Amino acid sequence: MYKGRAHKVGAHIDTDAIIPARFLVTTDTEELGRNCMEGLQAGWVKRVKKGDIMVAGENFGCGSSREHAPLAIIGAGIPVVIAHSFARIFYRNGFNMGLILLEVGDAVKKIEDGDDLIIDPVNGTIKNETSGDVIKTSPVPPFMQQILDKGGLVNYVKDRKAAQA
Amino acid sequence: MRQTLAQKILQRHTDETVSQDGQIVRCRVSLVLANDITAPLAIKSFNKMGATEVFDKDKIALVCDHFTPNKDIDSAEQVKVVREFAMAKGITHYYEGGDCGVEHALLPELGLVGPGDVVIGADSHTCTYGGLGAFATGMGSTDIAAAMVMGETWFKVPPTIRVVLEGTLPKWIGGKDIILELIGMIGVSGALYKALEFAGPVVEQLSIEQRMTMSNMAIEAGGKVGLFPVDAKTLAYAKAAGRTGDTELYADEGAHYEREVVIDCSKLTPRVACPHLPDNVKPVDECVGIRIDQSIIGSCTNGRIEDMREAAAVLKGRKVAKHVRCIVLPATPAIWKQSLKEGLLEIFMDSGCVVGPPTCGPCLGGHMGILAAGERSIATTNRNFKGRMGSLQSEVYLSGPAVAAASAIAGEIVHPEKI
Repeated sequence: MYKGRAHKVGAHIDTDAIIPARFLVTTDTEELGRNCMEGLQAGWVKRVKKGDIMVAGENFGCGSSREHAPLAIIGAGIPVVIAHSFARIFYRNGFNMGLILLEVGDAVKKIEDGDDLIIDPVNGTIKNETSGDVIKTSPVPPFMQQILDKGGLVNYVKDRKAAQA
Repeated sequence: MRQTLAQKILQRHTDETVSQDGQIVRCRVSLVLANDITAPLAIKSFNKMGATEVFDKDKIALVCDHFTPNKDIDSAEQVKVVREFAMAKGITHYYEGGDCGVEHALLPELGLVGPGDVVIGADSHTCTYGGLGAFATGMGSTDIAAAMVMGETWFKVPPTIRVVLEGTLPKWIGGKDIILELIGMIGVSGALYKALEFAGPVVEQLSIEQRMTMSNMAIEAGGKVGLFPVDAKTLAYAKAAGRTGDTELYADEGAHYEREVVIDCSKLTPRVACPHLPDNVKPVDECVGIRIDQSIIGSCTNGRIEDMREAAAVLKGRKVAKHVRCIVLPATPAIWKQSLKEGLLEIFMDSGCVVGPPTCGPCLGGHMGILAAGERSIATTNRNFKGRMGSLQSEVYLSGPAVAAASAIAGEIVHPEKI
C-alpha cells in the first residue's frame, strides 16, 4: 500500500522533461532524483515529499530510452506514477527499475493536483481520499508480473542464469 | 497465418509460433547496442546480474557518440567505464575515436545491422534499421544488459499500422517530409505500442538512406518499429556494406493490419515540425519568416551523405546569414571523408558553416550547438521537445536538410526554392 499526495503533470511528458540530457553524466539514483522534472520546470522537485505520487496524462515518458528517467523519479522519492497511458520504452524501463506504473485511462481526470491518494497495486485500486473516488487500474500483464515477482529484471536474469548453470 | 513484416521477422528469431498480436515471444537477438549515456547503466545492471561474460563478443556494439569527443570530466568518466568494460570483455565493436560515428548511421554502414535482423539498442532511435527491414527497437539499459547476458529478449508482438505511400516524390521532398507528415497525421502517440509498415509505389522511389530517415522517427509517433520491405535496393545496400546471405522480405498478401493510413506524396510540400512536439507539423509556407539563430544539419535522422549533398546544393555559392550559426555534422567518418572528397565540406565552409566531427551533440542539448533563452534553431534532428537543445526558453523546429540549409542563408525559415 502506498499513501501520498498527487502531483499532476500534463500529457506527452517526454524524457527530456523528466531528466534533461545535461544531467545524464551520472548513473546515481539520488543525484538524478535531485534534478527530477527539471526539464518541465526549474526546481519542480522541491514540491515533492518522499512517498508522493506523480499523476500524468497520455503517453507519459515519451522520447528517449534513458533509464535515468524512471531512476530520477525513484530518486525523487516517488514510488508510483499513475497515467492515462505510458510510452512503450518508459513502461518497460519502469518495471525493470521497480517503479510502479498504473495505467488508468480517462479515470486520471478524477485526480486533482494535491489530492491525497491511497494505492493498492496488488488489487489494482486507487482511492482518492480527497474526493472519495475509487479508481480500478488495468491488471499487470502476466509475463511482466513474473518479472515483478522476481523483484525486477536483474534478479530474473540472475535466476535464469543460475538455472542454466 | 498471413504475416505482417513485424510478425515474419520475429518468427525467424523465436522457437515459439507467432500466432497473434499481443502475444509475448522470446527472441534471439542479432545485435545489442548501447551508447556512452546508456551503456554505463547497462554495465551496472550487467554486474548486478552476476554476469561475467557477454553472450557473444561479436554481437554487441558499444558506440560512444552522444557526448563525444568528451565534453567534460563527467562524460569522460562515463566513456572510461564503457571503454574498460569493452576491453575487459573483448567486445569487437567498440567505437570511440576516429572510427566512431553516430550509432544509427555507423552500424548500417558497417553491415552490422541489416535485413531480417532483430536488433535492440539502449537508444530510442534504434528503430532506424527498420529502413533496412530489421525489427529494431529501443529499450532501456537493464533490458540491454539482460540481452548482453542471455542473447535474447522478450517482445509483445505489435499490431501493425500499414502506411501506404501513394504518388511520386516531387522536387524538394524527401523521407523527412513524409515521416513528419505521418507524425502530424497520427500524432506523437498514434503508433503507441505498434509497428508501422511502409508500403505503396513511393517505397521503391525512396533511397535506403531516406527509408532510414523515416524509420528513425517511428518512435516519434510512439511506434515500436518502422519497417520497410527488403527489396533489390536494400540487398544492394547490404551487399555494399559487406553482408552476405540476405534475401528479399515482404509482408504476406492479406496480412491483418489494425489500420491503414494513406499519404499522397505527390501533393507534399516541405514540412516543418514546430515547437514543442514532433506532431506539430506545418507546411514550410506557414512557417516562413520565423527568425532563427541556429541551423543544425546532421544527426541519426539526416546526417548521411545524401543529406550532406542536399544541404550543399542549397548552400553552394551562398552565405549563411550573419546572425545564424549553421553547424554541419556529417554522421560518420566515412560520410565525413566522402563529403571531403566531393568538395561538400569546402562548400559548407565557404558559406560560413561550422563543420564539426560526427557526434549526436546538439540534438539532445549535449554540446556543439546549445541554445540560450529566447533562441531558436531549425534542425534536421528528430525531437523538438521543450528545452531539448538547451534553455527551457529556447525553441527547435524540425525539417529536412534543404529547408535547414535555405533557412540558414535567409536567417529565417524559408522554402528552399525561394533562395
